[in-house]
Amino acid sequence: MTKQPRSIRAVPKIVITLLVLSLFLQIAWHVHLPPPRVQIEKLTEPPQLELLRVFSFGDSVVSAKLLMLWLQAFESQQGQFLSYKQLNYSLLQHWLERILQIDPHSQYPLLAASHLYSMVPDTGKQRLMLDFVYQQFFIDPAKRWRWLAHAAVLAKHRLDDLPLALKYAKALTAHATPEMPRWAQEMQIFILEDMGELERARLVIGGMLASGELTDPNEIKFLNDKLLALEKHSKQK
Amino acid sequence: MKPILTLAALVALEALRTRFFAVIIILLSIGFGLAIFVGQVTVIETLAYQSSLLAAFLRLSALYVVSLFVITSMVHEFNNHAIYLWLSLPMRRSTYFFGKFSGFALIATLTAILFGAALLSYVPYQQAGLWTLSLFCELLIITALSLLCVFTFPQTVQAFSVVLGFYILARSITAIQLMVQGPLSHSPSSADQLINGLVQLLAMLLPHLDRFTQSEWLVYHTGGVEHLLEIVIQTMIYIILLMSMSLFDLYRKNL
Repeated sequence: MTKQPRSIRAVPKIVITLLVLSLFLQIAWHVHLPPPRVQIEKLTEPPQLELLRVFSFGDSVVSAKLLMLWLQAFESQQGQFLSYKQLNYSLLQHWLERILQIDPHSQYPLLAASHLYSMVPDTGKQRLMLDFVYQQFFIDPAKRWRWLAHAAVLAKHRLDDLPLALKYAKALTAHATPEMPRWAQEMQIFILEDMGELERARLVIGGMLASGELTDPNEIKFLNDKLLALEKHSKQK
Repeated sequence: MKPILTLAALVALEALRTRFFAVIIILLSIGFGLAIFVGQVTVIETLAYQSSLLAAFLRLSALYVVSLFVITSMVHEFNNHAIYLWLSLPMRRSTYFFGKFSGFALIATLTAILFGAALLSYVPYQQAGLWTLSLFCELLIITALSLLCVFTFPQTVQAFSVVLGFYILARSITAIQLMVQGPLSHSPSSADQLINGLVQLLAMLLPHLDRFTQSEWLVYHTGGVEHLLEIVIQTMIYIILLMSMSLFDLYRKNL
């Protein structure tokens, strides 16, 4: 049952006057206030792991997701876009690490490190991110290999640091799991070839063929062909 | 049995009249809006982010609306003296209590089902089903707790504050326990020992709600029957405890 409201005439004039006056005062107060100034906040150290667990209220997966979204949006503060160069990468690394600690199954922090934050035009910062991916790879190689493979590609093509790329590729081969595709395990062959280390590349291929782990005939043929090409190349030299 | 069903039906009718389900629909709309927004800002694991954040939002919303509905409904009953009318009828106080509880449990069931169904667009039905059952158990505990609080503190603000405090503590007690285990358990200071003892006591008395309705099940599909069994046992034990406390309070109340 809805009752019709009484006429506006039923409202005392003083109430209407107060209403209009207070509205104007509010608007005048707003105009009087100084315009908001953009103050860019700096990244701080992430909270302690125990503290994060307490404030996750038993659901750390949700906290990790929220923290990652917050971190991803950190470079756009109050409509101002910060460049990655302005971010403190060592603190950024701590944040990514902390997020992975509370949600170890998540791939997002590793994607952010290897694909987003590594795009910064600062080799020192790039190396920090790639090193972070390298360190984190050993915790769960079966799920994190793709990010290290990408780090190896970046080290080779963006940093032109073949020894670093080889270090990552070697880690991939050494911690190969059934989930890891062959191309990722064979990366070190091509990096060695680019480095002119043909003898070492031949040894790696020889080792792979001798291990008996290869079952795909095409894969075996490809490696055999590669071995022959490397031998031919060595003789020419 | 009939008075219990009548009371339960009246609670359901009250929910319809106070537009309880309109609030549920609004919350579902906000939740979906949030999920769509999250889908726009994520680069990978979009479904994981959407399902976990939507589930967290719905879980807290369910707790908020169900608890507030129980408390306001009972406070209203105290204020309009309807409780005196019910208790003047030839029925036991326990019948009144179980009737009310059944009605609120029905509302909790419908809320859990509606919120659980909302997750079906993001997660497999087995995990969504497990999450829904777990949410239902969690809401049953919250319903029983809200009834107990409203019998003890018949004011909305006090009763809801206690429910909220209890819920936060129950969900974070395991983490607090882990926090004090290291530094405080070996400390010779009597204050540290007291805090440690208090935390251990709380952990013993509180239900482990941090093991209920996990977002991890939705994101990594790790939920199984063993989780459900643990949750059902914990719910049964705690509901019986809360009901006994409420009945103890209700029978002693001079109404």
